[in-house]
Amino acid sequence: MSAQMPATHERQAISLFQRDIVKRALIDSFKKLDPRVQIHNPVMFVVEIGSLITTVTWLIQAFGGKPLGGGNEPAWYTFLISVWLWLTVVFANMAEAFAEGRGRAQADTLRAMRKETVARMRDGSTKAAAELTRGDVVVVTPGELIPGDGTVIEGIATVDESAITGESAPVIRESGGDRSAVTGGTRVTSDEIVVEITQEPGQSFLERMIALVEGAERRKTPNEIALNILLAALTLIFMIVVATLRPFGLFSGTSISETTLIALLVALIPTTIGALLSAIGIAGMDRLVRRNVLALSGRAVEASGDIDVLLLDKTGTITIGNRLASEFVPMPGVPESELAEVAQLSSLADETPEGRSIVVLAKQYGIREHDMATLHAEFVPFTAQTRMSGVNIDGQQLRKGAGDAIIELVRGEGGSPPPELQAVLDRIGNEGGTPLAVSRDSQVLGVVYLKDTIKEGMKARFDQLRAMGIKTVMVTGDNRLTAAKIAEESGVDDFLAEATPERKLALIREQQQDGRLVAMTGDGTNDAPALAQADVGVAMNTGTQAAREAGNMVDLDSNPTKLIEIVEVGKQLLITRGALTTFSIANDVAKYFAILPAVFIGTYAASPGGKGPLHVLNIMGLGTPRSAIVSAIIFNAIVIPLLIPLSLRGVRYRPIGASALLRRNLLIYGLGGIIAPFIGIKLIDLIVHNLLGG
Amino acid sequence: MTFAGWLTIFLFAAILTALAMPLGSYMAKVYTGRRVFLSPIFSGPERFLYVILRVDPKREQDWKSYAKSLLIFSLAGWLLLYVILRTQNAFFVPHGLNPLGYHSAPWNVTFNTTSSFLTNTNWQYYGGETTMSYLSQMIGLTVQNWLSGGVGIVVAVALIRGIIGRSGKSLGNFWQDLVRTVLYVLTPISVIGALVLVSQGVIQNFTTYLTAHTVTGLTQSIAMGPVASQEVIKMLNTNGGGFFNVNSAHPFENPTAFTNLFEMLLVLIIPAALVFTYGRMTGNRRQGYAIYSAMMLMFLGAAIVAYIAEAHGSPAQHAAGLHTHVISGSTGGNMEGKEQRFGIAGSALFDVVTTVTSCGAVNSAIESFTGIGGAVPMANLSASEVIFGGVGTGLYSMLLYVLLAVFIGGLMVGRTPEWLGKKLEAREIKLAGLGILITPLAALFCTAMATASHAGRASISELGKGPQGFSETFYAYLSQANNNGSAFAGYTGFIQPNAGNVGSHGVTFADLLGGFDMLFARYAPILFALAVAGALAGKRVTPAGLGTMRTDNPTFVVLLIGVIILVGALTFFPALLLGPVVQGLTGHLY
Repeated sequence: MSAQMPATHERQAISLFQRDIVKRALIDSFKKLDPRVQIHNPVMFVVEIGSLITTVTWLIQAFGGKPLGGGNEPAWYTFLISVWLWLTVVFANMAEAFAEGRGRAQADTLRAMRKETVARMRDGSTKAAAELTRGDVVVVTPGELIPGDGTVIEGIATVDESAITGESAPVIRESGGDRSAVTGGTRVTSDEIVVEITQEPGQSFLERMIALVEGAERRKTPNEIALNILLAALTLIFMIVVATLRPFGLFSGTSISETTLIALLVALIPTTIGALLSAIGIAGMDRLVRRNVLALSGRAVEASGDIDVLLLDKTGTITIGNRLASEFVPMPGVPESELAEVAQLSSLADETPEGRSIVVLAKQYGIREHDMATLHAEFVPFTAQTRMSGVNIDGQQLRKGAGDAIIELVRGEGGSPPPELQAVLDRIGNEGGTPLAVSRDSQVLGVVYLKDTIKEGMKARFDQLRAMGIKTVMVTGDNRLTAAKIAEESGVDDFLAEATPERKLALIREQQQDGRLVAMTGDGTNDAPALAQADVGVAMNTGTQAAREAGNMVDLDSNPTKLIEIVEVGKQLLITRGALTTFSIANDVAKYFAILPAVFIGTYAASPGGKGPLHVLNIMGLGTPRSAIVSAIIFNAIVIPLLIPLSLRGVRYRPIGASALLRRNLLIYGLGGIIAPFIGIKLIDLIVHNLLGG
Repeated sequence: MTFAGWLTIFLFAAILTALAMPLGSYMAKVYTGRRVFLSPIFSGPERFLYVILRVDPKREQDWKSYAKSLLIFSLAGWLLLYVILRTQNAFFVPHGLNPLGYHSAPWNVTFNTTSSFLTNTNWQYYGGETTMSYLSQMIGLTVQNWLSGGVGIVVAVALIRGIIGRSGKSLGNFWQDLVRTVLYVLTPISVIGALVLVSQGVIQNFTTYLTAHTVTGLTQSIAMGPVASQEVIKMLNTNGGGFFNVNSAHPFENPTAFTNLFEMLLVLIIPAALVFTYGRMTGNRRQGYAIYSAMMLMFLGAAIVAYIAEAHGSPAQHAAGLHTHVISGSTGGNMEGKEQRFGIAGSALFDVVTTVTSCGAVNSAIESFTGIGGAVPMANLSASEVIFGGVGTGLYSMLLYVLLAVFIGGLMVGRTPEWLGKKLEAREIKLAGLGILITPLAALFCTAMATASHAGRASISELGKGPQGFSETFYAYLSQANNNGSAFAGYTGFIQPNAGNVGSHGVTFADLLGGFDMLFARYAPILFALAVAGALAGKRVTPAGLGTMRTDNPTFVVLLIGVIILVGALTFFPALLLGPVVQGLTGHLY
C-alpha cells in the first residue's frame, strides 16, 4: 500500500535501541517500581505485591527461618522466583519506558527549536514571547522567529516551517484566505507580516506537541479502560483459583508454599498484555507522529480505527487539483495543428498549470517552442472581468477563455461562432471537463479540453477501503453531473456535489445519526464546524488557525490522503491490543501443565517422597518440579521484552475483511499462544535444569 | 461401543434440533407480543391473571425495576415454600395430602431445600418418598419447579431485549413475561408431556404406599404419589429434583427406554429453543445458529467422551479381568450403577444432558462412572452452564461469554468491539466480567471452606476420604453453584434414621453453606445479566460493514468455544486434578 502513497515526509525513524533511549528507559524501569505508579495497572500491581512477599520469604529463609506457608523449598528456589517476579515488573516498566523514550527523543528535538524570543508589538513596544496572550498583535520581519501561534492579518511572506514539519522548502503565508495560520517557532524568510496571536501563554502548538509526543498528557482511552477492567476481572478469577488451592492441597495431603502459589498466580494472570498495554497506546501516537500527524488525544487515534465513512475533498485528494489539457477539438474546417499552434501561442506567457499543460500537449502535435521575446508578442493576462487570456502578435489577437466570453468577443469583432461550438462546449462540461475556447480575431478555431485528472492508483485505494469496511464520499463544489462523472471514474462510493460548509456539516450529522463514525480533512475556516463535528477531523497544517483548533488531529504535511494512513494506525493499535490479550490468555494452558504437575507431584504417592499419579501430567517432561516452576516464571517474564518490538511496531493490518482478519489473528495469536509456551518453557527448563542440576 | 449406542446419541441431537427450531420461533412470537395459535385459549386466563396480580402489562420496566419485581417475587416464593415445608404435618393439612403423617424436615435442611427449589437447583439432601408429603411435593416443590424455571427464562428474554433495544431503557415487563412463560410455553408442553409419561407407566395418584410381600417372605413398602405431573416439569424446567430419591432411575419416574429419550428431550428443548428465539429476536437467525453450533459441538464432545469412557470401562476393571467388551445380551462396558433398561449410551447421554443443563436429574449413579466418565459431568459443570444450560440461565450466561468473546475478538479486526452494532465499553465489560466470575467464586470458595473445616468434612462419608471425598465435596458445591442439583452422592447434609423425618437432623454447615452457595450463584448473575441488558438497551447501533466482526459465522463459533474453555472451564482445572483426574489415574474400579 505504501508504495502508491504520495510522498509522505517521514520523520527520521528513531531506533528502538538508540543509546540514550535505552539508558533512560532502564533507569525509568526501576523508578516505575514505585507502588503509586503500579497501582494504576492492576495486573502488574498484583505481580509487584507477589514479588514483595516472595522476597520477604527468601529473607526469612536466608536467616534460617521456614518458608511462609509450609513446604520445604530451598532458599535458592525462593530467591530465583522472587528475582524473576521482580524482573517481570521491571520488564513491564521497560516496555512503557521505551515507548515513552521514543516520544521523548522527539520532544527533545522539538524543545531545542523553542527559543526564547522577544515579540515586537505593533505599537512598537516589546514583550517576551512566553507572555503573549490571545489578541496581541505582533510584527515579524524577515529572519525573525514568529513568537507564537496566530493568524496573519496583514501582508504576505514566505515562512520556513521545517522546525515543525521537517519540510525544508518555505511556504507562503498570507492574510485572508486559507493560508493565514502561522506557528510559533517558525521563521519568516521574506517580507514583513503582522500576526494576531491566537494562543494563551504556554498553550502554543509547539508546547502542546511536545507534551503529546512525550505522553505527559496521556489519559487512558475508553477502550483501554474497558480492556483494563477485563484484565482485572481475569486477575480476580485467578486469585480465587490460587487462594483456594491451598485448602484443596491440604485436604489432599499436599502443602504448597506461598512462593509456589504466587508463582502460579503470576503465571496465570494476563501479565503479558498487562505489561504491554500502555506501551501499545503510546506507540500508536508515536507512529502517527512519525507520519507527521499530531493526534490531540488518544481517543482520536482509537476512533480512527472505527471510521465508517471517509469524507474526501475532491481537489487535491482524488484529483491532482489542476485541470490539464487533454485534447484539442477543432471546429469544422480548422486543422487540428492550427488550433494547437494558436492555443500554444496564447498560452506562452501563461504560467498557470493549465497554461503550461496546453504547451505540453501542443508539443505532441509537433509544434515547436516559441519564444515570447523573438515573437514581439504582447501578453494579455487573465482577469476576472474578461475571463480570458492570450497574446497579441503582429496585430493578431490570439485568445483562449471561457466559452461564452470568447463567443462574446468573436461577435464583437463581427464574426459568428460556428454552430457546432455550443455542442462541444456542452459535451465537455457534461463529462466533467472544462472547455476553453480558442479564437483568432473573429474566428473561433476550436476548444481545448481541460480535464480534471484523477490521481493514479485511487481506484485501488478505494477498493482497499471498501474491503476495510469504509465508505468513501467525495466532497466537491462541482455540479452533480461533473461530480458523478469523476466519482465514477475514481471509484469513490458516493459524492456530495455543490458542497457548501453547511451541506458538509449536515452530511456528517446525518451519517452520525445512523451510528456511523465519520472522518474528514479540512483547511479552511469554513471547514471548522465540520471538522469539529467529525469523529476524526484532520486539519491541514497549512490551514487556518480556526481549522487547526477544530480538528482533533493536525497533519503537518497537509496531505489529504493521509487519512487513510491514520485509519490504518488506529486499526493496528486495536489489533495489537486484541492479539496480545488473546496470546496472554492462551498461554495459560501450558503454564497449568508446567506448574500443576510440579505442585502435585507427591500427591497420593504410594510412598512418601515418591511420585504420585498426577506426575503423568508432566507432558512436557520438565526436569524437576522446581525447575518446571522456575521455567514457567522465566518464560512469563521474558516474553514481555520479546514482545516489546511487536507492541511498539503494531501488528500489521491487512485490508482483507474482518472475517479473514479474525481467522488469521486467532490462528497466530490464539493457537500460537497455546503452542508457544509449551516450546518456550521446555527450552528454558532444559537450560535451568542442567544449570542447577535439579 | 455399539451402533445402537452411537445412533442414540446422534439421533437425539437431530430430533432435538428439529423440535427446538419451531419452538424457538414460537417463543419469539410470544415474547414480542404477537398472536400465536394458542392465543384464543390463553388470552382470557392471561388477562385474568393480570387482574389478580394487579399488574399493568403495558408498563415498561427498566432493568432496576425489572430486577426489583424479580427479587420481590422470589423472596415471597421463598417464604411461602419454607412455610409449606415446615408445616407439612400441621393440623390444617388434610390427611389425604400427607397420608403417612410425615413430620417436617429440620430448619437447616428446609433452608437448603427451599433455596434449592427457588433457584432451580433442586439439590436434595433428602429422599423425596421418605421426607415429603404429597402437599409439599405438589403445592410446594412442583410450583417452584414451574416458577423458578420461568424466572430464568424471563431474565434471558430481558437480556435479549436489552441487546436488541433500539432506544430507551425498557426491558419489558417482568410480570407479563412470567405469566406468558407459564401459560404459553410451560403449560402446553407440560400437559402433553405428562400424558405421554402416564401412557408409558409413570404413576399419578394419591394412594397411600403399597405393601408388597416378596418371594423371600419379607415385606416391601412401595411408594406412590402424583409423580407424572411433577416429573414433566422437573425435566422441562431443568429442575431435576426427583419425586423419589433415586430420581430418574426409578421405574415410576422413568419406566422405559422411550421415556428416557423423551425426558432428555424435555430437558434440552427449552434451553435449545431459546437460542433460536434469540436469533429470531435479533432479526438475524444466523446469530442463533452460531451460538447453537457452539453449544451443540461442546455437548456432542462431552457425550462422545462419556460414552466411550463408560463403554470401554476403567483400566482397573480390565486389570481385574472383568469382561467389558460387547458380548451377546450385554453391551459390555461399565454397567456399575446403571439401569439395564437404559444401557450405557442411555445412561451416559442422560448424564451429559442433565449436567450441561442445570437439570441435575440422574438415571444412573454418577459416582460409579469411570474416572474419565465421571470427569465429564464435572467438566460440564465447570463450563458454568453455558452448554445449553438451565432454562434461560443457559442463554443469559452464554450471552455474557459471547460479550467477552466479542470484546477480545473484536479488537483483533481493528475496531473497538461492537456486538450487534453496539459498542462494548467499560460498563458492560465490568458487569459481564463480574457475572462470569460468580460461579467459579461461589464453587471454589465453598469447596475450600468445606474441605478446610472440620464441620465441612463431617458431610463426607467415611469411605470417601482422599480424592473420592474431594470429588464429592467439590461436586456438591460446584453443582449447587451452577444451580444444577445433581450429586456425586456421599455428601450429606441430612441424617435421617427413619422415614417421615422421625429423629432426623440436618448438618447445619453443609445445609447453610450450600443454601447460600445456591442463592448467591443464582441471583448475583441474574442481577449482572439484567444490568448488562440495561447498559446495552440505550446504545446507538452502528450498521454492520465489511470491517465489522461477524458473530454469526464458524470463526466466531471457534472463538466462543475457546473463550469458554480458557476463561471459564480452565479455572476449575486444579480442582479437577485433585478429584476425578487423580481417581482416574489410580486403581479404582470405577
